[in-house]
Amino acid sequence: MSLPASAVPDGEGALLHTAGLTRHFRLGGLLSRRMLHAVDDLDLTIHEREIVALVGESGSGKTTVARLLAMIYPPTRGAIFYRGRSVHKLRSRKDVLWYRGEVPMVFQDPYSAMNPVFRVSHGVMRNLKLHRPELDRAQRHEEAERVFDIVGLNPAGDMLRKFPYEMSGGQRQRVGFAQALAVQPKLILADEPVSMLDVSIRAGILNMMASLRAEEGASILYITHDIASARYVADRIIVMYAGHAVEQGPTDVVLSRPKHPYTQLLLSAVPDPREKAVPVSADSGEPPRVIDPGEGCRFRQRCPYAIDKCAKITPALRPMGPAHDAACHVAAAEPLDADGKPAATTVAGSPPAP
Amino acid sequence: MPEPLLEVDNLSVSYLTDTADIGAVDRVSLTVHAGEFLGIVGESGCGKSTLLFAIAQLLTPPAEITSGRVVFKGQDLVQLTDGELRHVRWRDYSVVMQSAMNALNPMKSIAAQFKDTMRAHGRMSADAIRTRSTEVLHLVGIDAAHLDSYPHQLSGGMRQRAMIAMALLFTPQLVIMDEPTSALDVVAQRSLMTQIKELQQQFGFAVIFVTHDMSVVAHYSDRVMVMYAGQVAEIGATSSIFERPLHPYSKGLLDAFPSVHGPRRALTGIPGSPPDLGRPPSGCRFHPRCSEAMAQCTTSEPDLYIVGETEVRCLLYAERLRDAV
Amino acid sequence: MQAILRNRKATAGGLILLLIVFVAAFPGLVGRDDPQAAIYGQDLGPSWQHLLGTTQLGQDVFSQLIWGTRLTLIVTVVVSAIATVISMVIGVTAAYVGGLTDRSLSLLTDIFLILPTLPLLIVLASYLPPGTVTLIVVLTFTSWAFQARQLRSQGLSLRARDFLAAARVRGERTSYIILVEIIPTMTSLIVASFLGLSVFVVGFAAGLQFLGLGNSTEITWGTMLYYAQQGGALEAGNALWALAPGAAVALLGAGFALVNYAFDEIGNPALRPVRKRRARTTA
Repeated sequence: MSLPASAVPDGEGALLHTAGLTRHFRLGGLLSRRMLHAVDDLDLTIHEREIVALVGESGSGKTTVARLLAMIYPPTRGAIFYRGRSVHKLRSRKDVLWYRGEVPMVFQDPYSAMNPVFRVSHGVMRNLKLHRPELDRAQRHEEAERVFDIVGLNPAGDMLRKFPYEMSGGQRQRVGFAQALAVQPKLILADEPVSMLDVSIRAGILNMMASLRAEEGASILYITHDIASARYVADRIIVMYAGHAVEQGPTDVVLSRPKHPYTQLLLSAVPDPREKAVPVSADSGEPPRVIDPGEGCRFRQRCPYAIDKCAKITPALRPMGPAHDAACHVAAAEPLDADGKPAATTVAGSPPAP
Repeated sequence: MPEPLLEVDNLSVSYLTDTADIGAVDRVSLTVHAGEFLGIVGESGCGKSTLLFAIAQLLTPPAEITSGRVVFKGQDLVQLTDGELRHVRWRDYSVVMQSAMNALNPMKSIAAQFKDTMRAHGRMSADAIRTRSTEVLHLVGIDAAHLDSYPHQLSGGMRQRAMIAMALLFTPQLVIMDEPTSALDVVAQRSLMTQIKELQQQFGFAVIFVTHDMSVVAHYSDRVMVMYAGQVAEIGATSSIFERPLHPYSKGLLDAFPSVHGPRRALTGIPGSPPDLGRPPSGCRFHPRCSEAMAQCTTSEPDLYIVGETEVRCLLYAERLRDAV
Repeated sequence: MQAILRNRKATAGGLILLLIVFVAAFPGLVGRDDPQAAIYGQDLGPSWQHLLGTTQLGQDVFSQLIWGTRLTLIVTVVVSAIATVISMVIGVTAAYVGGLTDRSLSLLTDIFLILPTLPLLIVLASYLPPGTVTLIVVLTFTSWAFQARQLRSQGLSLRARDFLAAARVRGERTSYIILVEIIPTMTSLIVASFLGLSVFVVGFAAGLQFLGLGNSTEITWGTMLYYAQQGGALEAGNALWALAPGAAVALLGAGFALVNYAFDEIGNPALRPVRKRRARTTA
């Protein structure tokens, strides 16, 4: 299993990285042999103080990745390394608590992520109790107020005493982030944190996420299907399709010079009210449910550039430019000019940029 | 100007509970002409779904229409009995619900549900029903082989298309849609919208499309109505609303969308949250969140003022009306 | 609490229960005669001295009814409480842990559900030494399964809620999650289970005692029925002796059932009656 050239080798500078991360789910009863391939062979890297967006539609595997990284279930194959240690092998309660105290998760549905019976301070207090035992009661309370302040829930003292039903969706998501902050995290797993919020509220949460990276020094894995918001907050983007990572690289590069046909399709489909015309495409398909797939590119049925090779060999991520990879047999790498920067023109025969 | 197909006149809907009367829709008026595509845009709690249900005469207690008329092809639907409504429903207007999984019967095949619908609204032979079912599926790009499929066997996008096919069984003149794309991913959404537009051009029916996502209707609607807190905030031609939004809320809403293709800029969103409709703010309902609020916004309730071809409920434009008069 | 007050049925039920509890707590205030004292005339009809007449042995029926309340209530409450706790632990654990545990616990529950209650009650009670404790054990044994399925379903629906996954990702132990995160969110269902079960337990307890399988030396409404039957109350024209405890049992059951309405509505807002009001329509 060779790692892509742009990936950082084990333990060097990367906060978290996965190697061949795979998760399958058995379909049907105990005796069934059919397996749903939710995630296959994912190599993902996250550095310190970085916001990485994991972009994909439903069925792409992005939520499964979040749950794998949150140790909600174990991987079928592959490894997860956090600060050099194998996460998927952690067994003792002490080790597990250590990991959970550095890699918390924020959930998608603000209406289901909080226990309605308790005040909103509950999650924060429990996190403090479990992961920062050195604090005494008064200090815990101070910390709770501090993290509520950071996420913009003021006055913190009053807000902490509220029940979830007294808060709006946006406020509840902020509580979710406050809970994550309470453990002094290195990496926050944010599973579609704004998808269920009204558009006018999203901006506030997205801005807050960016400031968390700047002020608190946390990295964020931002999982979303909305490529526009990914562009707004993320430093790097990883595009997933049908369980595979199909393209990854710095946000601006991937979005301005997408190499994988799926990325191009996604970009063309995003409605932008400020744009004049709609690019029309014949594509009316949807991401497949990947059950017992064979070799070959999983996008080939919808791909306008598919060639014979695409049905036989699963494309691996290969370099397209500095730190920019795509998993496509047809995509051609950027020609570099004398300075090692991508040249302005595209090579004939490569998929055109939008 | 020919007669409008649908004219909603000062419609108000309230939820009458034992504890309070909650005004979900407050004196909303709108017109839809034949073949027109009207988008109704607003966030959660603005009353757009309630308005939709009121127009379609689908409200259930404790929600009730407390005043106003819904005049469809010359008849006030509010005054019709259930029996009279049945003649109009589905033949002259039909409804596409938000979630196909909620609206389709999971225990029946698509063919069976189409048959139920057709039987409920008219007399047709079994052959005619089958033929028509195949036709409408073909119209939305679904293979007729799926007639015998069950909803869970179809993908999300296909289910939504099946819902639209069902709505077209009698080629009505008006199709009302409640967020039909919100459960779909971007690519499926775009293709569904394109399909709807094509069908509209082919058959000439009018569409009322309710959504919380402005960008979805941007390229397809002729006119857009922005709702806030149960009232019409702004209504006008799509291009006007998107290029020169007048109401501070419309402006805020448009600005809240991060853009993929355009330049990257800071997003501000709209601070605060929509008001509790049981106790709306005094004066203009938007004033607590408005960056352009003036002193009188807290005390006077703005009417709908006409600015060119657009109507906007904002005191900023009140002077112009007075000047024009 | 508010829900009980607002719902007329529940308020009525609440008042009934309050009355019965009061009588159980302070029987001396209401019934001044010693219920066991067989000193009065036999099979007397109702009169001012004996509101409900007397038994075949000359005991005051009204006093018996009053003094019998306490034990009747205690048996009912204890059985319902223990059965509810058992069904809760089994139901929620099955739902949350899932897998093999779930399958075995569900099988166990199903077995207990299929067993015919009354015959089982009778068989068990006749083989075990007679007494109140036996009564409680036997009743609990046969009634815990009723609610376990329902509590398991509720537990299952909760499992999909993100706050449980959030608790797990925080690092909470499974036992903590079940006890602190799941069960408190089910309080209204648990109370409703308790109340619903009580309705049946009241009847079953009385039934067992009527058949003589309780502790015949104690006075409860059920044993009153037993003695009324043994003493030929109906033949002697002393119908009141049998009717009074029967009506009391029905009243207690009704009390629980009525209060339960309020909890049903709390748990399921769809059940709340929609009171249509006349709208002020204008043309």
